[in-house]
Amino acid sequence: MQKRTQEIAVGVFVAAGLAALVMLAMKVSNLSSFSGQEGFEVVAHFENIGGLKERAPVTVAGVRIGRVKSVVYDDKAYEALVTINIDSKHKLPEDTSASILTAGLLGEQYIALEPGGSEKMLKYGEEIKLTQSAFILEQMVGRFLFDKAAEGNKTAEGAVP
Amino acid sequence: MIDWFQNLGRTSLAIFERLGCSGLFLLRVLAALPALATRPRLLIIQLYSVGVLSMMLIVISGLNVGMVLGLQGYNTLVDFGAEDSLGQVVALSLVRELGPVVAALLFAGRAGSALTAEIGLMKATEQLAGMEMMAVDPMKRVIAPRFIAAVLSMPLLATMFSAVGVLGGYFVGVGLLGVDSGAFWSQMQSKVDFYDDIVNGLVKSVVFGFVAAWIAVFEGYDAVPTTEGVSRATTRTVVHTAFAVLGLDFILTALMFGSD
Repeated sequence: MQKRTQEIAVGVFVAAGLAALVMLAMKVSNLSSFSGQEGFEVVAHFENIGGLKERAPVTVAGVRIGRVKSVVYDDKAYEALVTINIDSKHKLPEDTSASILTAGLLGEQYIALEPGGSEKMLKYGEEIKLTQSAFILEQMVGRFLFDKAAEGNKTAEGAVP
Repeated sequence: MIDWFQNLGRTSLAIFERLGCSGLFLLRVLAALPALATRPRLLIIQLYSVGVLSMMLIVISGLNVGMVLGLQGYNTLVDFGAEDSLGQVVALSLVRELGPVVAALLFAGRAGSALTAEIGLMKATEQLAGMEMMAVDPMKRVIAPRFIAAVLSMPLLATMFSAVGVLGGYFVGVGLLGVDSGAFWSQMQSKVDFYDDIVNGLVKSVVFGFVAAWIAVFEGYDAVPTTEGVSRATTRTVVHTAFAVLGLDFILTALMFGSD
């Protein structure tokens, strides 16, 4: 009889270990939502990707429909080439535009897609032509200060005569 | 000065000799493994004493570690208003590091030391020699089942540790401290990758299990067959396993997550 209890205990042990693995896979990791295989890829050129990383989310209307698969530098265009993997159940029109946005003030960067009005749909491997670069805080602050200074000069000049 | 070099040389040679011995011993154990297929009952007995009896310790420690992580993580994150990422912090630190490492350390203390003491005492009371006299290979009958039971148990235990730890973090974060339940899980799911994080954590625990099992059975088999020798071997098992696990953890982490 002791043999039986031992075997049951080992069975429970193994089952508990496997259950823990399933729980980690389904509940903790992203295996249930995106496995990365299914889906179609599109590419996009960006002048500047800021801090965009691989596996960053790709959203339409705020809903995540895919992930950034790779970010490489394109020697020919002198721009960044981003490959996006989109869940295959979604379709996007050909004139979709892509922009890199930041979640919150200091959050991670992601790609927001905005579907256009075209009847034709994007196909596997095609390029999203309309892109908008990342918002770079330093450049914005620099431009703002420059504009302010220019404005100041103008009012100073205007006051002279 | 010359004496100093002689000491250094002697120590290094002794270390290499021991490494060589344990390597050859490992080969013999691996060669004895196929024989186990004809006697699965031996494995079940060992899985029971190595795995099942460690389960309670692992589950309780995992729960506690998860709860502490939840509490500490919350206190730090709330300063930045980022308490929604608590799930991510708890899950990543458990799955990548704490699960495999702490489970391996606990496993060395709970099961590894017991294996060494058991095998060492068998040797001291000449049971192993007795088996050889009866033409029973102690490698096949005693060592191999204990070794493989430990190797198989470790990943299961580490996985349980992580899973229970995440639940502990959930109880503290969501239950006590009022983090939003949806944010807890969704932040976790968006940042924890199955292949990069969970499978790599599992690989770590397999490696640690292999090393812990190897050290435990080797120290037992190699123990000086006296009361003192067995006690020393048991201590060495725990200490060496701890060093090996922590050192390997650094190397594995650098290999797996270093290039991000």
